[in-house]
Amino acid sequence: MTDTLLALDGLTKAYPGVIANDGVSFRIAPGEVHALLGENGAGKSTLVKMIYGLVKPDAGRMALRGAPYTPDRPSEARTNGVAMVFQHFSLFEALDVAENIALGMENPPRRRELAASIRQVSHDYGLPLDPARLVGELSAGERQRVEIIRCLLQNPRLLIMDEPTSVLTPQEVEILFATLRKLSSEGTAILYISHKLDEIRALCDAATVLRRGKVVGTCVPRETTAREMAELMVGTTLHTPERRHRENGETLLELRGVSLPAATPFGTNLHALSLKVQAGEVMGIGGVAGNGQDEFLSVLSGESLQEPGRVFVDGVDIGALPPQTRRSLGVLAAPEERLGHAAAPDMTLVENALLTGSVREKLAPHGLVNWAATRAFAARIIEAFDVRTPNADVAARALSGGNLQKFVIGREILQAPRVLVVNQPTWGVDAAAAATIRQALLDLAGQGAAVIVISQDLDELMEIADRFAALNAGRLTDPRATAGLSLDEIGLMMGGAHDMEVAHAAQ
Amino acid sequence: MIRLEKRPTPSQAWTVLTPPVAVLATMVAGGLMFAALGKDPFEAIRTIFYDPLFNDQFAAYSRPQLLVKAGPLILIAIGLSLGFRAGVWNIGAEGQYIVGALCGAGVGLAMYPSGSVLVFPAMVMAGALGGWAWAMIPAILKTRFNTNEILVSLLLVYVAEQLLASAALGLLRNPEGGGFPGSRNFQQWPAAANPELITGTGMHWGVVAAFVAVIGAYALLSRHLLGFQIRLTGAAPRAARFAGVNPTRLVVICLGLSGLLAGMAGLFEVTGPAGQISIDFGSGYGFTAIIVAFLGRLHPVGILLAGLLMALTYIGGELAQFMLGVPAAAIQAFQGMLLFFLLAVDVLSNYRLRFGTREVA
Amino acid sequence: MAGISIELLLASLMVAATPILFAAIGEMVVEKSGVLNLGVEGMMITGAICGFAVAVETGSPALGFAGAALGGAGLSLVFALLTQVLLSNQVATGLALTLFGLGFSALIGQGYVGIKPPPTGSLDFGPLSDIPLIGPVLLRHDLLVYVAIALTAAVWAFLRYTRAGLILRAVGESHDSAHALGYKVVRIRVLAIVFGGAMAGLGGAYVSLVRVPQWTEGMTAGAGWIALALVVFGAWRPWRVLLGAYLFGGITVLQLNLQAAGVRVPVELLSISPYLITILVLVVMSSDRRRVALNAPAALGRVFHASS
Repeated sequence: MTDTLLALDGLTKAYPGVIANDGVSFRIAPGEVHALLGENGAGKSTLVKMIYGLVKPDAGRMALRGAPYTPDRPSEARTNGVAMVFQHFSLFEALDVAENIALGMENPPRRRELAASIRQVSHDYGLPLDPARLVGELSAGERQRVEIIRCLLQNPRLLIMDEPTSVLTPQEVEILFATLRKLSSEGTAILYISHKLDEIRALCDAATVLRRGKVVGTCVPRETTAREMAELMVGTTLHTPERRHRENGETLLELRGVSLPAATPFGTNLHALSLKVQAGEVMGIGGVAGNGQDEFLSVLSGESLQEPGRVFVDGVDIGALPPQTRRSLGVLAAPEERLGHAAAPDMTLVENALLTGSVREKLAPHGLVNWAATRAFAARIIEAFDVRTPNADVAARALSGGNLQKFVIGREILQAPRVLVVNQPTWGVDAAAAATIRQALLDLAGQGAAVIVISQDLDELMEIADRFAALNAGRLTDPRATAGLSLDEIGLMMGGAHDMEVAHAAQ
Repeated sequence: MIRLEKRPTPSQAWTVLTPPVAVLATMVAGGLMFAALGKDPFEAIRTIFYDPLFNDQFAAYSRPQLLVKAGPLILIAIGLSLGFRAGVWNIGAEGQYIVGALCGAGVGLAMYPSGSVLVFPAMVMAGALGGWAWAMIPAILKTRFNTNEILVSLLLVYVAEQLLASAALGLLRNPEGGGFPGSRNFQQWPAAANPELITGTGMHWGVVAAFVAVIGAYALLSRHLLGFQIRLTGAAPRAARFAGVNPTRLVVICLGLSGLLAGMAGLFEVTGPAGQISIDFGSGYGFTAIIVAFLGRLHPVGILLAGLLMALTYIGGELAQFMLGVPAAAIQAFQGMLLFFLLAVDVLSNYRLRFGTREVA
Repeated sequence: MAGISIELLLASLMVAATPILFAAIGEMVVEKSGVLNLGVEGMMITGAICGFAVAVETGSPALGFAGAALGGAGLSLVFALLTQVLLSNQVATGLALTLFGLGFSALIGQGYVGIKPPPTGSLDFGPLSDIPLIGPVLLRHDLLVYVAIALTAAVWAFLRYTRAGLILRAVGESHDSAHALGYKVVRIRVLAIVFGGAMAGLGGAYVSLVRVPQWTEGMTAGAGWIALALVVFGAWRPWRVLLGAYLFGGITVLQLNLQAAGVRVPVELLSISPYLITILVLVVMSSDRRRVALNAPAALGRVFHASS
């Protein structure tokens, strides 16, 4: 592989206040699986958006097969054989699979022919899909298949994949890798973006590591240890959270057969969830996105109410209590979506401190807001969790993802919860902030609280959880101790690749 | 190439500056409109904005009119602003204003010709309740049946206008009015009249109520948890539910309050400046108040100022009609333009303009 | 019910339904692209006066309708500029459009009060129009009645079978996804808005040039709002919008005939019946939240700003 498919030379892109890419150069050969490695915020997304024609570089050059390559828009990239599978999907829930695929093609054939080629290609690459199904009804893994098929139908020379495995079970990851290897053997180059080092070592031929927008190193992943790559990526030696010895406490939270119909057309129904969580325990809830995580959190936060006899904290039936009453009992939550759910983007940090803090911190006695006390509470959060912000009067949306997440988690932890539920506590957060947050959750459990961590990051759950259960299509598996649990077993708890087998059987 | 770039934090300066800039832009565009109508633009603008307050000949009549017109506008706009902040779009204040006036007048006329001091307070109560009840229709349909409150509240304006016509011709018609449509004149019935409280100021009970509403709304929004919940619901509905705000309760409160205030405004108007229920009682205050609410940035103090300004365009418009022959409709178009410019300039409080480097978007 | 001819009733039903059908089909396309334009009433009344004025000045109803479409589209461009370029709130901007439209039309219309416009002729279907029932009801109308139906069919086919229609639906479903695929969200929405404006303008001109036919201030009397409600009633589907418009036209015509026939029902009740029935229909159609969420374009009313 001496020839070059894509060459990047000194690509630079600045946004106000931040240089997203600073003189990035590397090359990809045909058929090469090239990893682009970096933390959240390292500039990976900006770089691939430039290659895909969504963003225009301020400086630098690209060359495709030796010819200058300056895509003005994605369609131009696509006609040049560059295709992309997005991290946050570029799909339309209310449209069917064939329509979604047609939208991503330059000159889609007539519907009947398109449906036939979708069936054909999806079968060839082991990614079965029904062209007539609405995308909203598909699982996250199946949606990704739609994106991949959309790319494959155009015979790409370069396939860009942005964090493709975050929505897959370990078994589905294996199937995806098999597909990618087949593609690569057929000569398609793959630019594979991830921060999961084991995957990169298993799949990729070469890796370029980005940190704060700059290339800080290149390596051959198979010859480099995960630890070396991690240090290259983060720039410092990582601190692993300390797990403390835990004694069995008494049951603090109990769910008895919680069911919930989905609130939105394409939401997930919860089916008879039962679970006991002890004081001092970190309970990890795994599962691929869209299997009922949001709904599960809403049952505990009080955004969805239950009939009596379903949810107990300390023996008190809280299932029908509204959020504020639950907070007064010490049941707190931090939802996944920071902007718009856990925090109001356009309101200040002070106001966002009041958002959940009013009850337990007594910030609004008799309904009258004590702004001085609220300000002090916000300052305490900022101080204790090292939230980087000029002051407490900036809008929440002005903070970086990691800083806002520290604020949101800190806001709940400082209220001394007895039960805390967090969803995706370190999603999109840089490594240092993630470590802080994980340590804080462990410390909270150490003080005797019951902590439920919902996450799609299995490494995270294995690191901090005492027990593990998986959400799969709105059902919860029996929890098992994390010590000694293998990746394969976890994958099976998450549903394995069962929908693939079903789909294969249907062929 | 100009493009927009989102500000990390909304600009305080532009939040305050937007309305004056919009007013200036409207003056320019309005001037062009007047010029197109064949009027001297400078004279027209001066007649509308300056003469009502400072012209020796007209100010004595016009100045009191300022409060007379601003009172109902402010009262209604304060109510609307609470809902608008929470994302509850009551645009049928005109209907609530009419129904409030009808209910209040009906209760009053049922007591005619009593001289009791309780007559006027009872009418105010009835007016407020009438407006509240009219607003409860969209509120209940919204919370129980998920029906769009914008369309329902607006369609109910047409229903209210029919009720008004019917009442003026039938139920509430003055039995001593010689068969002419229209109710008794409340100004001639002291127990039910809403007189000018201080001679030469235009101050009547409705203006007092408007000032009280401004202060109340200010306290609610800045100090009370309910005010915070209203702002939170508008800014981030999902976060509001997470915080524990009951959306049903909030819709009922916001629509109820705005209906209540609009109904009161209607009652003060029918017992004061209008004097009687007549077919053309609905004067469009309910719609103009929407402009007032936005022009005041949904902030109580802003609404107070915006209400006064909008009242000025009414009076100045009448003056321009009388002096320069500018058609009445021109003022309505002028007010609509003001809202356009406000919405256009508003982009600057949340976004920055960037010139130069072109972005592929 | 004496004195009410069924034939006449059905025929005038089609005439009564046509203005709101124009406006509702236009608004449906706008909403399919993810934009909520509440200014339909304002664009209709603007179309009504523009069409009237042009028809009177030129003596040609055809030019009048063209002028109406231009007037409605022109006003909708203001909406497009404000909401798509300057990112203003769609609800507030739509209201502004209506408030401005009412004032602006009254201003232009001053010189046209009490004038009769040039008549818009009916199409000649020859002997076909003498077929009993079908002839008088269906085949004795002016061209615009059929244009409205044809446009409904065209919009239906456009949304269902064309690539451009698919892209329009995709933009209304998720502007972020569409943007990521490289579609020009703002441009597509502006085009949809302008189409909606032109259609509302045509609807307004049909009121002032055919249905009434003369100019009075505020003569659309809420038809624009009813058109908005019809889009919900029709669940964003063209043929159901057409059905809704015809049902509504029927109610309007029926209540007018009942009033004229002196039926012993209070006139006020009859006059408010179209509004009350619209509200009732909205309630029935909206009460199933899941179905509404499924039918309504998912990005409806949301502000799009390409941040990356």
